[in-house]
Amino acid sequence: MRKKEMRLIVTFHTTTDAMAMEKLCKQNSISGRLIPVPGSVSAGCGMCWCTNLQEKEKICDFLEAKDLKVQTILECMI
Amino acid sequence: MIYMDNAATTLKKPDEVIDAVVNAMKNLGNAGRGVTEASLDAARTIYDVREKLAEFFHAENPARIAFTMNSTQSLNIAIRGLFCRKDHVITTALEHNSVLRPLYACEEEGVELSIVGCNDKGKISYEELEKSIKQNTKAIVCTHGSNLTGNILDLYKIGEIAKKHGILFIVDASQTAGVIPIDVQKMKIDVLCFTGHKGLLGPQGTGGIYVKEGIIIRPLLCGGSGIDSFNRKQPKDMPVALEAGTLNSHGIAGLGAAISYLNRVGIDVIREKELLLMWQFYEGIKGIPEIKIYGDFETSMRCPIVSFNVGDIDSSKISDDLSFYYEIATRAGAHCAPKIHEALGTKEQGAVRFSFSHYNTKEEVEKAIKAVKEIVEGYRE
Repeated sequence: MRKKEMRLIVTFHTTTDAMAMEKLCKQNSISGRLIPVPGSVSAGCGMCWCTNLQEKEKICDFLEAKDLKVQTILECMI
Repeated sequence: MIYMDNAATTLKKPDEVIDAVVNAMKNLGNAGRGVTEASLDAARTIYDVREKLAEFFHAENPARIAFTMNSTQSLNIAIRGLFCRKDHVITTALEHNSVLRPLYACEEEGVELSIVGCNDKGKISYEELEKSIKQNTKAIVCTHGSNLTGNILDLYKIGEIAKKHGILFIVDASQTAGVIPIDVQKMKIDVLCFTGHKGLLGPQGTGGIYVKEGIIIRPLLCGGSGIDSFNRKQPKDMPVALEAGTLNSHGIAGLGAAISYLNRVGIDVIREKELLLMWQFYEGIKGIPEIKIYGDFETSMRCPIVSFNVGDIDSSKISDDLSFYYEIATRAGAHCAPKIHEALGTKEQGAVRFSFSHYNTKEEVEKAIKAVKEIVEGYRE
């Protein structure tokens, strides 16, 4: 069974925002994938972007550069 | 059959539209409901089409486009969701019932309505439209193109008027989306309502609404959104604010393929071909003494529509003759546009409407001209 680990989570208000994130991340080779929002996290949209903690700075810069709408960025044990 | 009722719906669709629908029906789950690949593929497909439409209409971003089932739903969302008692709204005599009926429903609830008339060519006066604006005027709601005469309204001009007076500009693009370029930002359109199954060449049951950033519409429908499930109200974020319930991802996939087709072929090329056929038909029948054609044919910028009557013969009789004896599909009657028929004096008689697609051919138009001439000849005897 997969061990729990700390991950970086980006949540969204809408599915549309999540789709914009996924599309741009794929186009720009940003690592991560969409997963269901963990039960411990409160978010509008039921899916969130999940990636390695080490990517935090890169992701934050990317979100700003691409003017992507997100709800929160947090670290989460999943 | 020769199909010349494309203002009602475009019958012939690009093959890629049909393929996209079939493919979607085989593979897509429910968008925004879970994070399985099937659900994600539906969400990705829908997002791609949102992007394409945003680009097509020059919207600020894809989230400003919400999907609906047609223009009627979009117009109801806009009209029923923006006005309150004592607001004044201006519309025109060119409108379809999808604009008029929601406005009449608002009128019953205390919204004041002004309808700008038209002349015998079906043209409105922009001066009269501007003069109708009052202190409590909230919006101008109008069509881009008349579904009866094919006349086009100058959206740049109306957008300027609306902006100058600080009122909303709501456009029904049912007859023009996919045929005439629409730039919501340059035309200063606040809300654009469009259908997918006419000029956009997509499947029936698809359509959408563009809402300018900052404008909040009370949702017509509330329900499942796939997000914010414990909120008792419909989420306010666009586009989900106006998209309660499962989206028609199968149809939307087809609409996306249709937009790709339009972009590849070019709507200018498509319009040019359609107008060429329209002029061929117009020139072919205008000299027949019994025929009266409606609309403004002094301009080249119009929808590819020719509506006419033969003497005082009921339009449905002529349309039925065309269908039964010549297998030519047209539309007779009132075309759900009561005010313009009243203005043109055709309330009883209706009108025979020919509306062309770029898939029609010169040979088909020749046959249609011949058919009209023979039918008219038959009534002379």
